Amino acid sequence: MAATGRGGGLPGVKAPLHTTGEVLASKRVGAYQHLTVVAPGVAERFRPGTFVAVSVDGTRLARRALWVHGVKPVGGYGPALQLVVEPVGPGTRWLAERPVGARLEVTGPLGRAFALPKEPVATLLVGEGYAAAPLFPLAERLRERGCPVSLLVAAPDERRLLSALEARRVARAVTVVTADGSVGRRGSVADVVAGVLAQSSAEVVYAAGPVPTLHAVASAAEQAGAWSQTAVEQPLTCGTGLCHGCPLPVVGEDGVARVVRACTEGPVVRGDRVRWAELEPVAAVGARETP
Amino acid sequence: MIDLAGPVVVAAGCGGTGRELAALAALDGVGAFTTRSLTLNARTGGPAPRIAETPAGLVHSTGLPGPGLEIFLATELPWLVQQQPRVVVSVTGASVAEHAEVARRLAQAPGVRGIEVNLAVPDARAHGLLDVREPFHAANVVAAVVREAQDLPVLAKVRADVLRVAESARVVTDAGAAAVVVGGPQAAALPDGRPAGLSGPAVLPLALRCVTEVRAALPGVPVVGGGGVTTPDDARAFLAAGAVAVQVGTALLHDPTTAARIAAALA
Ligand SMILES: Cc1cc2nc3c(=O)[nH]c(=O)nc-3n(C[C@H](O)[C@H](O)[C@H](O)COP(=O)(O)OP(=O)(O)OC[C@H]3O[C@@H](n4cnc5c(N)ncnc54)[C@H](O)[C@@H]3O)c2cc1C
Ligand code: FES
Repeated sequence: MAATGRGGGLPGVKAPLHTTGEVLASKRVGAYQHLTVVAPGVAERFRPGTFVAVSVDGTRLARRALWVHGVKPVGGYGPALQLVVEPVGPGTRWLAERPVGARLEVTGPLGRAFALPKEPVATLLVGEGYAAAPLFPLAERLRERGCPVSLLVAAPDERRLLSALEARRVARAVTVVTADGSVGRRGSVADVVAGVLAQSSAEVVYAAGPVPTLHAVASAAEQAGAWSQTAVEQPLTCGTGLCHGCPLPVVGEDGVARVVRACTEGPVVRGDRVRWAELEPVAAVGARETP
Repeated sequence: MIDLAGPVVVAAGCGGTGRELAALAALDGVGAFTTRSLTLNARTGGPAPRIAETPAGLVHSTGLPGPGLEIFLATELPWLVQQQPRVVVSVTGASVAEHAEVARRLAQAPGVRGIEVNLAVPDARAHGLLDVREPFHAANVVAAVVREAQDLPVLAKVRADVLRVAESARVVTDAGAAAVVVGGPQAAALPDGRPAGLSGPAVLPLALRCVTEVRAALPGVPVVGGGGVTTPDDARAFLAAGAVAVQVGTALLHDPTTAARIAAALA
């Protein structure tokens, strides 16, 4: 099918596209499958913090959301999306098994991106597991703006630690924590974030990871008087704002409690605006297969 | 019945405000755009999880979040009418009086081409909405809406219950509905047992049967069919069964270009 995408009525905002992509490469790194996918037009519109929705396995109606780890030109194809898949259920396993050359229905980039500071202020980027993915292209953009970048990457174990080597290239200071202590310090983001934040003198903190991690980062930022931008993952169905299946409880600019769509008003929201206590830990719902 | 630009209609609740869909696929090729079901006052919607995936279907209980009529008329309708001049507003409410009040205001709103009364909310009671279980309940609501709608055609979306759909269609058209819409969600439950609706290809054969039941019992009544329509052939099946138009809904959540593509294939 031909790529489609229109202005959507908002001047200056590039609308997302729905298109058929192709898997150009697929590589296992630790516990994750790294996919390179060409989806004409999507990579060109990407901004860090936006995501793509992909169709899986023919009969499954809900789409699967994936962060974009980077955009890389591939000879003869133009810019391609770098995606990181943790195979945890039927959809992500199906994606991890796609052979090179397989077609993939891709919609994106979707949602609100990380907001970049206008001034060259110090920043701290906190990412856990595969969700650290969007922080790498974010770090590049921040550096281009002269913002010093510190990075805190966390994972359950070494196999789920994303791109530790690349981290040293994009950030001036890198802290690594793993739950089992297999690499870096043993512990969680919640244990170390206040200390790392103080050391970095960051005025803006960006975070992506599970809800408890984001909550910890948002609290630490608030205590330190820093802004936080959190990329919140909630179970999505369409990813495009149509189904209202992704309620995110927030407090609006006007101080009024609201429920917004995580896919459209998020995924990136200010950490001090989320009503964290009301967010259930992300529970997978629906038909589960036994592996 | 409203004059449609083509036989493919965006179903209620699956096209967002129109903006989300229009960003990904042109709306001008479809026959009409049905809004999400609007209520008089704003609604935040129900608790998470709201949607679960099942084989060939989605089980959903969103609680119909929406901005309320006032904000819809001020901020969403004018834009929508520019994109797709045939806008049908879907309405629901907590009482017959609330339905009537919404209809009264819509009758004065420029650009609205029809009202679709949603009498098929599968989880109505759980979300404080009028639970339209019996055909005569449906008839009461339709009569009240028709009274207030003035010249606007009223479409009645009835429960896709194969055994009773013809009876429902009869009483709502007797009450003044210009057409019936059949094939919305089947009553279902989320994995945790909460009331919900089931939509998607899983319900298509039931929806198609509903169309044939109504056509057989009431050959003179225009029927808009829908339920799990995903391909041009699905749409053709409903038209062949006697539907005047076909709604595309759940498929848009999977591929937002579906309605535009089917419309182009049928043109
Ligand atoms: C904005 C965003 C970005 C994401 N980025 C990545 C990424 O880069 N790499 C990666 O491996 N995973 C990512 N995820 C999580 C990934 O989308 C889910 O793990 C995946 O949808 C699960 O599908 P499944 O069929 O494998 O598993 P199941 O758990 O069987 O999924 C069943 C259903 O629940 C939904 N679901 C379950 N868990 C989640 C979840 N955490 N988030 C969203 N939907 C869920 C699925 O869409 C599906 O409808 C992201 C999620 C979001 C919201
Ligand atoms: S996932 Fe459908 S509206 Fe957000």
